[in-house]
Amino acid sequence: MTLTLITFLPLIAALITLLIPKEQKQTIRLVSLLAAVGQVILAVVIWQNYNPSLAGVDDVSKFQFVERAAWFSVELGGYTVSADYLMGIDGLSVTMVILTAIVALVGVGASWTIEKSVKSYFVLYNLMSMSMMGCFLALDFFLFYIFWEVTLIPMYFLIGIWGGKNREYAAIKFFIYTLVGSVLMLLAIIALYASVIDPETGRNTFSMVAMANQQNFISGSALAPSEGNLLRALAFFALFLAFVIKVPMVPFHTWLPDAHVEAPTPISVVLAGVLLKLGGYGLLRINFPIFPEVFQQFAWWIALFGVISIVYGAFCAIAQTDFKKMVAYSSVSHMGFVLLGIAAVNSLGMSGAMLQMFSHGLLSPMMFLLVGVIYERAHTREMDKFGGLAKHMPVYAGFIMLAFMGNLGMPALSGFVAEAFVFLGAFAVEQTRLLSVIGTLGILLSAAYLLRAYKAMFTGERKPNAAYEVEGHHGEEHAHFHDWKGKVDLDGREIALLAPLAAIVIIIGVYPAPVLDLIMPSLNRVAEILSAAANVAMK
Amino acid sequence: MALHDLLLALPITFATLWTILLIVVEATAKRAQLTFSLTSVGFLILITMMLFPSEQGYAFGEMLRLSPYSQFANFVFALSGLLVITLSQSYLAKENIHFGEYYIIVFIATLGMMLMASAAHMVVLFIGLEIMSIALYVLAGIMRKDLRANEAAMKYFLLGAFSSGFFLYGISLIYGATGEMTLFKIGIYLQENSATSLFWIGLSLMMVGFLFKISAVPFHQWTPDVYEGSPTPSTALMSTASKAAAFTALITVVLNVSSQTENNSNWIFALSTIAVLTMVVGNIAALSQDNLKRMLAFSSIAHAGYMLVGIVAGSDAGYSAVLYYALVYSLMNIGAFGVIALIEQQRELTSASDYAGLFKEKPLLAGVMALFMLSLTGIPPFGGFIGKYKLFAAAVESGLSWLAVVGVLASAVSAYYYLRVVVFMFMREPQAENQFEGVVLNPTLVLIALLVFLLGIFPTGMLRFAGEAMKFAFNM
Repeated sequence: MTLTLITFLPLIAALITLLIPKEQKQTIRLVSLLAAVGQVILAVVIWQNYNPSLAGVDDVSKFQFVERAAWFSVELGGYTVSADYLMGIDGLSVTMVILTAIVALVGVGASWTIEKSVKSYFVLYNLMSMSMMGCFLALDFFLFYIFWEVTLIPMYFLIGIWGGKNREYAAIKFFIYTLVGSVLMLLAIIALYASVIDPETGRNTFSMVAMANQQNFISGSALAPSEGNLLRALAFFALFLAFVIKVPMVPFHTWLPDAHVEAPTPISVVLAGVLLKLGGYGLLRINFPIFPEVFQQFAWWIALFGVISIVYGAFCAIAQTDFKKMVAYSSVSHMGFVLLGIAAVNSLGMSGAMLQMFSHGLLSPMMFLLVGVIYERAHTREMDKFGGLAKHMPVYAGFIMLAFMGNLGMPALSGFVAEAFVFLGAFAVEQTRLLSVIGTLGILLSAAYLLRAYKAMFTGERKPNAAYEVEGHHGEEHAHFHDWKGKVDLDGREIALLAPLAAIVIIIGVYPAPVLDLIMPSLNRVAEILSAAANVAMK
Repeated sequence: MALHDLLLALPITFATLWTILLIVVEATAKRAQLTFSLTSVGFLILITMMLFPSEQGYAFGEMLRLSPYSQFANFVFALSGLLVITLSQSYLAKENIHFGEYYIIVFIATLGMMLMASAAHMVVLFIGLEIMSIALYVLAGIMRKDLRANEAAMKYFLLGAFSSGFFLYGISLIYGATGEMTLFKIGIYLQENSATSLFWIGLSLMMVGFLFKISAVPFHQWTPDVYEGSPTPSTALMSTASKAAAFTALITVVLNVSSQTENNSNWIFALSTIAVLTMVVGNIAALSQDNLKRMLAFSSIAHAGYMLVGIVAGSDAGYSAVLYYALVYSLMNIGAFGVIALIEQQRELTSASDYAGLFKEKPLLAGVMALFMLSLTGIPPFGGFIGKYKLFAAAVESGLSWLAVVGVLASAVSAYYYLRVVVFMFMREPQAENQFEGVVLNPTLVLIALLVFLLGIFPTGMLRFAGEAMKFAFNM
């Protein structure tokens, strides 16, 4: 029941919210807060009761908290279609579940200042939170697909209604990019279903766990693992495209800056914190274990595109004058490390990728929260309109410094551990060695744009007639920065949102073992599957 | 014997008698409200009848064939009919065309559809088709004083009559080629003898008739004009139940000649070309439509293309997917037209931009419309997704993966124009204050939305019903 509860708690909150009259904004917020806190508590329970020695991946009996029920099963002229409600946790998902719970809670906190249609907002927010959690827990591909698609709808409305000036364009772009990826995924699901049987029941199955074992493929079926099966490569790329659009990998990244710039702060937080991780998670959970030999074949290319994302994203970030856009491009750059780490095809590189997802899942929400803080006060995000902020907002500057350092891979912060593992993993393999060397350029470049941003905004003198006299960007209320009377530094709520994230970033940076312990057995198993496929391929 | 036949064909017997009753009541009482209630009761009885298993077999000397197949189809028709008339009432009153005969004609159209789905003889098939078509021509032109409606009715009638001519000619050629009019006897003949070119010409002509009714490309030109001009509730009927009827009849015919069409590369090539054209042209043309009814007209063309994919697949899985899709599609499209009809009553609203700000004033109505749009796009967890999934899965099973690829890409394109409506409803400010005041949400719409949602989450019951229908379709 734990998994069902942690997934559908936000749904309950959404239903309760529907019953509350829309004038009672505070009650609505509290209901969502309660659900999010409940999720965090359940995540802690899961974490405490999780047995890290079980690998999972391709063996249902080694998953934990498994819940299974028949969902629908229909006989249709000759063949049966049946999908299960199958949920479970292993090392690939446990950290993501914890991350999702944390980010969802931070997101609720960040949503506190939303005043426009509060009721609809929180209903949608909770639906999104439900479907994200569901994605990480579903082990039945059909169920996964439903959750995957359901994340789209609330996200679309959340960007499209509560977003900035250009929100419609951003919302529809986000929707269509993701939809194109997911319809291709649907085709791959259909083909996989026809090709895989569940060893327990002997019938066709949507179970991702069964799919991860090559022996469960029906010999002679469309996707049977055999020499030169072109369809397998096609199915691999159908899934791959769906996931790397989410990651996002250059050249499929262009929806991301638009979506981030237009999205309200809490939605940016969730988007960067969790939704992007769905792509990386999908690669590890679905693409690689199911098509290991295709992955082996294209690993170098994936690494190449990972490095291109790292470097290109960083260059784009350098070119930005808008603070939020810069952070968005830095997300592209940092998610490139995930691809590079995965493509190293060893457990070191993959653990780096997992760590990077976790670390970026904490750092990017921090960054977007911080961008939101300044935007709320100044109604502008143009970096060169600010100056000398460190003097006026010391606490804010402190958090910014921490987030920047984490992002550029400063030792003792989580980003460093993750990126170090990625490089070590990629360097250890001959074929990605050169690429990993090029990838280090990304760290250099991120230092360049982050430090430049810091210098422009926080050092020097406050600029007269600039940020402090900016008219409201949407022609609403005028800037709060007019005169520096009153307190402009972070308030209690904002500190409460940022401090836990910062604390986890530091803890993992100093002592990453707890996270590594959780993920290693499963990643070792994925690496085994991959190397077994490589051996077969060599013979 | 005769009594047994009447009982076996109970739904049709009942519908015929009820039609007479409706006519008598309307002629004597002349009260539209009463006729409406009686028609609803008629539909309700039909729907209830379809939910219980009944005897199956041939009636009236192999003229009609009653089976779970016809039962499923009749269920779809009666449900659509009922939903359409409940959505019509206030619209008709507003347009000053609240006549009792409207409901009777809808009922008669449904009777024609039921005949089509139960036909075992080509003449019955044709009679059913004509009963349905003529009723629909009248519905298209029921706003007698409206120029556009007259144009629509005229266009529909002329082109429809033309396609009926093709259809009839096809029947006579098939009769000439096989010497049989009863469908299953044609099937037996074709198993024993090879098909002549006369037969193929006949079948092609019949297909032209069907493809016209389902508005497949290149027989689709009439669709946008007719849908735009007709009164919106009757457009809802035309775009859903009448297409479903044509599809069920099409499946009946194709199943009986399957000995010739199965693994026939020419047949598969021809039909898949039409399916691809229909999906592509429908979706791309819909992109540039500003008028909402025209947009839905082109989208209905695209949906016919998806359903054709199931026909091309040529398996029971494909056919049952078509049946299921027909049900879901009917629900969501009637829902979408229902919302348009509701808003049209208030003021002349035609383009998507007129819906700006609907969410602000009527959140529930906007939510319901958004649900229909998302379901039409084929996004889970709504019924449209399950329907599309079954169709494309059937195509993949039959080794037509490329067709499924075209299908999903085409439906990804469709997201743009469906979402445009959503964008206007939710993300734009209203053009004027209180412009939707007086729009009263019809509870039927909420019911339809609920059904579409449930068909997406718990599809088992209905899928089983559709699967059963195919299992017993043609083996007694």
